[in-house]
Amino acid sequence: MLKDITFGQYFPSNSVVHKLDARVKLVLLVLQIVTIFICKNFVSLGIIALFTLVVLFFTKIPIKLYFKSIKVIIPIIIFTAILNVFYIKTGVVLLSFWKITIWSDGITKAIFMAARVLILILISSVLTYTTTPNDLTDGIERLLKPLKFIGLGQAVHTMSMMMTIALRFIPTLIEETDKIMSAQKARGADLESGGIVQKVKALLPILIPLLISSVRRAYELAEAMECRCYNGGKGRIRMKRLKMALKDYISVLLCVVVLGFIIVANNLF
Amino acid sequence: MDSIIKFNNVTFEYESEENTSKVLENFSLEIERGTFNVILGHNGSGKSTLAKLTNGLIKAKSGEVLVNGMSTMDEEKEIDIKRTVGLVFQNPDNQIVSSIVEEDVAFGPENLGLSPEESRERVDNALKATEMYEFRDKPTHKLSGGQKQRVAIAGIIAMEPECIVLDEPTAMLDPRGRKEVLNTILKLNKEKNITIILITHFMEEAENAHRVIVMNDGKVTADGKPCQVFAQTDVIKEAGLDLPQTTDLLSKLKEKGFSVSGGIISADECVKEVSKLLDLEEI
Repeated sequence: MLKDITFGQYFPSNSVVHKLDARVKLVLLVLQIVTIFICKNFVSLGIIALFTLVVLFFTKIPIKLYFKSIKVIIPIIIFTAILNVFYIKTGVVLLSFWKITIWSDGITKAIFMAARVLILILISSVLTYTTTPNDLTDGIERLLKPLKFIGLGQAVHTMSMMMTIALRFIPTLIEETDKIMSAQKARGADLESGGIVQKVKALLPILIPLLISSVRRAYELAEAMECRCYNGGKGRIRMKRLKMALKDYISVLLCVVVLGFIIVANNLF
Repeated sequence: MDSIIKFNNVTFEYESEENTSKVLENFSLEIERGTFNVILGHNGSGKSTLAKLTNGLIKAKSGEVLVNGMSTMDEEKEIDIKRTVGLVFQNPDNQIVSSIVEEDVAFGPENLGLSPEESRERVDNALKATEMYEFRDKPTHKLSGGQKQRVAIAGIIAMEPECIVLDEPTAMLDPRGRKEVLNTILKLNKEKNITIILITHFMEEAENAHRVIVMNDGKVTADGKPCQVFAQTDVIKEAGLDLPQTTDLLSKLKEKGFSVSGGIISADECVKEVSKLLDLEEI
């Protein structure tokens, strides 16, 4: 069950998207998120959805993996959709029973929001699936480099190092959680039945061992890093240099064009 | 003797609120350059402490540890010492910094501030030396235990140390992973002439060593060539270690009055020795 979490993982391949500069991908992701949020109608949403699908296709990563990343988030999407259905009270009344009335605008809004979140998740997955964590954090570090002029250079490095390590340990900790859960089940722990309060209480015997082992791991990792001459990033030179190439400029151009289409579609329909 | 690491009357103790326990007391040891050394001892014999003392990860309470003549107490020499002596730990998961094999191996060279071209070369060489080159762009969490440990070793080799200290590197691995790691270590010693200090409680791993050191209670209780050390069965048992099955068999035969030579570890030699006995019986 927990093994299905693919968030923050990298899948090697030799696609164009993989080879794009991490900085460009980061900036484009922000641009895409903005684009998704300024979509006002289904036509503009359709354009961005189509564009997202094309990008997914170009990553050469099996579509199955993208479904995996969506699967985890589906309960949240359904929850927000239902809230929308109940809270919006404009348009035509479609259904009315007991104290509940469902309006047509509620349904369209719910579908619109759900689609928007789905596209958002998919396009964000593209970034983590196609960029190695080191490239990603390196990209963030370089994008935030101007912050050193206000004395935050060290903070930027520390943050990017923390991100690298966090991403590296996600699969390890997931595996460990699985093991602890099995161990507690073997001792008779009941993790499935009961109401919400009971379920949360049942999580405690899993979280505490996980926390303790994480702290122990942190100590050992710190020692191992020290043995490899890590001294807080002073004088550190990255092996892989990020370089902008023609394909980077082309992809920026493409995204800006898509943004243009969206603005036009927003005003036309 | 050209020694790379030298312990001079080192004392080390762990302090807690209730008591201080001395792990090492007036401990002296010299490790010769280019040799393959195995340190054997049960849990709590002070062998892990010894490992951490070799590159200044922890500092001696009194006495000194010298690496190529540099004292680990000298803070200016800290980086030089860590470049000379690399440490590999038990749990490979807790030593890997990055999610991708080659990026993890590059961590050391990057910290040293080497040029990207030189880092690249060192990473490629280190991965080839540990036979992990074909895995260079794979995610580290998809590897087996033995492969992860080899990545950890590659990460140390990429800093081109003169000496590698391995603290129970095979303890968490299955027999296959153990063999992979051990072969890698042997190869590094033979081909790159890197001094190896292998700390373990698996006696079998001492078979090919130049020198075996048995530790018990923070003291060296046996020291010498594998065959010399393994002939001292009582010292080994006292140190809380299990004799390799071959050595155990031969020493029991000896007790019963058969004339066999002691200190044999490898299965082949044991077979030879036993068949010699059987031939005699037949006559």
